Amino acid sequence: MKIHMKCNEATHVCDKAQYKEAGFWERLSMKIHHIYCRICRQHAIRNTKLTHLFQRANLKTLTASEKEAIKQRLGQDLDRQ
Amino acid sequence: MSQVELDPNLWVDRYSDYLYNYTIVRVNDHEMAQDLISETFLAGLKSKKNFKGEASERTWLISILKRKIIDHYRKSNSRKGKAEVRMTYSDDDAEGDWLEERVEDLSDKTAEDTMENEELGLAILNCLEGLNDRQATIFKMKTIDGFDTEAICNEFNITPSNLWVIIHRARTAMADCLQKNWL
Repeated sequence: MKIHMKCNEATHVCDKAQYKEAGFWERLSMKIHHIYCRICRQHAIRNTKLTHLFQRANLKTLTASEKEAIKQRLGQDLDRQ
Repeated sequence: MSQVELDPNLWVDRYSDYLYNYTIVRVNDHEMAQDLISETFLAGLKSKKNFKGEASERTWLISILKRKIIDHYRKSNSRKGKAEVRMTYSDDDAEGDWLEERVEDLSDKTAEDTMENEELGLAILNCLEGLNDRQATIFKMKTIDGFDTEAICNEFNITPSNLWVIIHRARTAMADCLQKNWL
């Protein structure tokens, strides 16, 4: 575990943490970095807020194959244009 | 105001998610929503020459979609008697303060929450259109569909560090955009 993380490393861990892909020690180093780095601390708050907004919005996307199906329905008409 | 040109080849990639989220909260049926979206695109193609270029492509498509959704409800409501309200106090035992029971439940805010979340969802999708297509696709796969880093890297043939750079830039742009338009 690194005691002194650089800002770019802390930002990277923060991004990974938004997708639950950061390990325990990484997150701990990040937290330590946040104690003395105000900019990263605020960035992390904003980044986490963005994650919460996505959770709240509960967005859905069409799958690639569903989009393809719509394209095919359109395709015949597009050719006629 | 500059004229907007229609570009139907890109409609599905650019707008289908937006239209889908707009539709699904209104019709609550996955299949039906897809049909309505296809019909909207088809109607858009047919009336392409009526597009005056005053609104954005998406606004124009949404206005068509709204008509389609209204038509859908007209069709499904055409049978009479569906909107009837029934009280279930049939025998004496079940007598109660039926009027009081029908007073609005203030703790139930789900309708408002749903509405607000829908607006939030559309604001997010609106901001996503500000990203470039590739960035938006990768960001959506990761954030909305929850694909693994590995799966996305294989599909787009990029390294994990490429992916995280894209994600980082997208997140920064999204946070800026939402701060302006939502928070």
